[in-house]
Amino acid sequence: MNLYVLLKMVPDTVEELNVAGDNRSLDAEYLRFKLNDPDEHALEQALLLKEKHGGTITVVTLDAPEVDDALFTALAKGADRAVKIPADQAALGTIATAKAFAAFFAALPAPLAADALILPGSQAVDDLEGEVAAYLAELLKLPYLGVVCGVTAVDGKVTAVKEFSGGLRGRFEVPMPAVLGIQSAEKPPRYVPVAKVRAAMKAAKIETAAIEPPGPARALDLDHMYKPEPTGRARMLEGAPEEVAARITEVLAEHGVA
Amino acid sequence: MSTAILVLVEQLRGQVADITFEMLGAARKMAASAQRPVHAVALGRDAAGLATRLGAADSVLVVDDPVLDQPTAEAAVAVLQQIMEQKQAGLLLLGGTNVSFGLGTRLAARTQLPFVNFCKGARTDGDALVLTSQLFGGKILSDVKLAQGRGIASIYPGAFPADAGRSDKTPAVEKLALAVPAPKVVFQQYIEPEAGDVDITKQSVLVAVGRGIQSADNVQLAEELAQTLGGAVCASRPVIDQGWLPLSRQVGKSGMTVKPRVYLAFGISGAPEHWDGMQNSECIIAVNTDPKAPIFDGAHYGVVGDAVELIPLLNEKIHAKKG
Repeated sequence: MNLYVLLKMVPDTVEELNVAGDNRSLDAEYLRFKLNDPDEHALEQALLLKEKHGGTITVVTLDAPEVDDALFTALAKGADRAVKIPADQAALGTIATAKAFAAFFAALPAPLAADALILPGSQAVDDLEGEVAAYLAELLKLPYLGVVCGVTAVDGKVTAVKEFSGGLRGRFEVPMPAVLGIQSAEKPPRYVPVAKVRAAMKAAKIETAAIEPPGPARALDLDHMYKPEPTGRARMLEGAPEEVAARITEVLAEHGVA
Repeated sequence: MSTAILVLVEQLRGQVADITFEMLGAARKMAASAQRPVHAVALGRDAAGLATRLGAADSVLVVDDPVLDQPTAEAAVAVLQQIMEQKQAGLLLLGGTNVSFGLGTRLAARTQLPFVNFCKGARTDGDALVLTSQLFGGKILSDVKLAQGRGIASIYPGAFPADAGRSDKTPAVEKLALAVPAPKVVFQQYIEPEAGDVDITKQSVLVAVGRGIQSADNVQLAEELAQTLGGAVCASRPVIDQGWLPLSRQVGKSGMTVKPRVYLAFGISGAPEHWDGMQNSECIIAVNTDPKAPIFDGAHYGVVGDAVELIPLLNEKIHAKKG
């Protein structure tokens, strides 16, 4: 199979996030980037498909902080090629990001093969303008399914499982080539030792795609960004862990459960 | 801005989801100052039968094609685009759920209208509609202006009161004959939720663990606490994705919605997709190392601390109390 995994770096929401002076972006100074969780699953899903059916995995990203680490990690895990599009992802909204990826596919020497699957993560915490996967599918005029949590390939067609809610899922048949927004792979993303990543850094190289910048960075008229006012702030229990545990025990007793 | 507001009625297997009424309420609020008509759009063979419940809309537009009974977004996208053109609708509201996932983005690509995701608030500002969205796991809000109130928005579940979208009135029903393309992505069947060993929706105490629990071994600590309390362990998505607990224990947007007497959240930041599934718990006690974690804004009690340290201590105290 010809598998393309699209990776995107997102701000780590475990860190404190502040709004920058322009009131329209995050303050980059203390921002720590990490690979978007669903994208990590998209890579794992591609690795599982490659193990089963053979083929190649091309990992594609835009330029972003820490992105080289993510690309080398993907190569160490078993991806065959890593390609970086020279556009600053942090400055781009979903639509411009999708356009940059679409330009990458348009510039491929041959049209997408009949066994090609494009696997972006299903969604991200900064999807204000929508999901990259869905917009890209529209631009490439390819079949699309999102919130996918499992992919099986049989006879030139794939069966993909989509999550609804309450644990209910649905099975869909998807003709290839297609774009599948992956939410979670069938197995947890594999671990790769740091030594292997270092080896990949020495042995492999990241290719650069010659793509024109994707036009306007953002499609929306963003008025301003701000931190939410705490609404109903919790009653904070303070003290040594022992005291806190004792206080929680009281609260549980008040609610008749301990 | 007198163009119509469309609300897509969200249904799965014939059940109208609450988000439908939340959207109708939101649409009424957006329509009020601008005198815009509100039309509910119901798709599928039994859609006309839903009209009696959609009285908050001025009229119900129905497309009763069997293809639309299937949960395939492709046919819905094609039909919605036609309705927007035919009715010259300026604004379309969609549920911010997995059922309607991707519809807004795809329609934005086709209509070139602006699409605003994760919307949880709205106000008018002159001719413009200002939508507030929740980004970065609930840590940042953003206000987007839709000129002349034109665009597409996905509405965050639970953000607008459902009661404002319910009415006893009987709206006019208009059947639309539209071309419904055969979808390339073909629905085959539903996969029922895995029956777990424990039904977390029926527990009075839930010990919930998130990313902050750090390892599968530590999930065991939570299991022990749950046993002492006579409850069960559940989790947010990252823990399930790691394979540390089965799918039947997932709480949130894709997982279960729970309403226990007490919800103990350990190492859970309170990202909107988790909050969705547990916000109606009677008492929420949250433990997180990040004092700015959004969960503290909604929880009843909060502790800034390490869940892994606190869980065994708590277990001991409860044991001691029981004697």
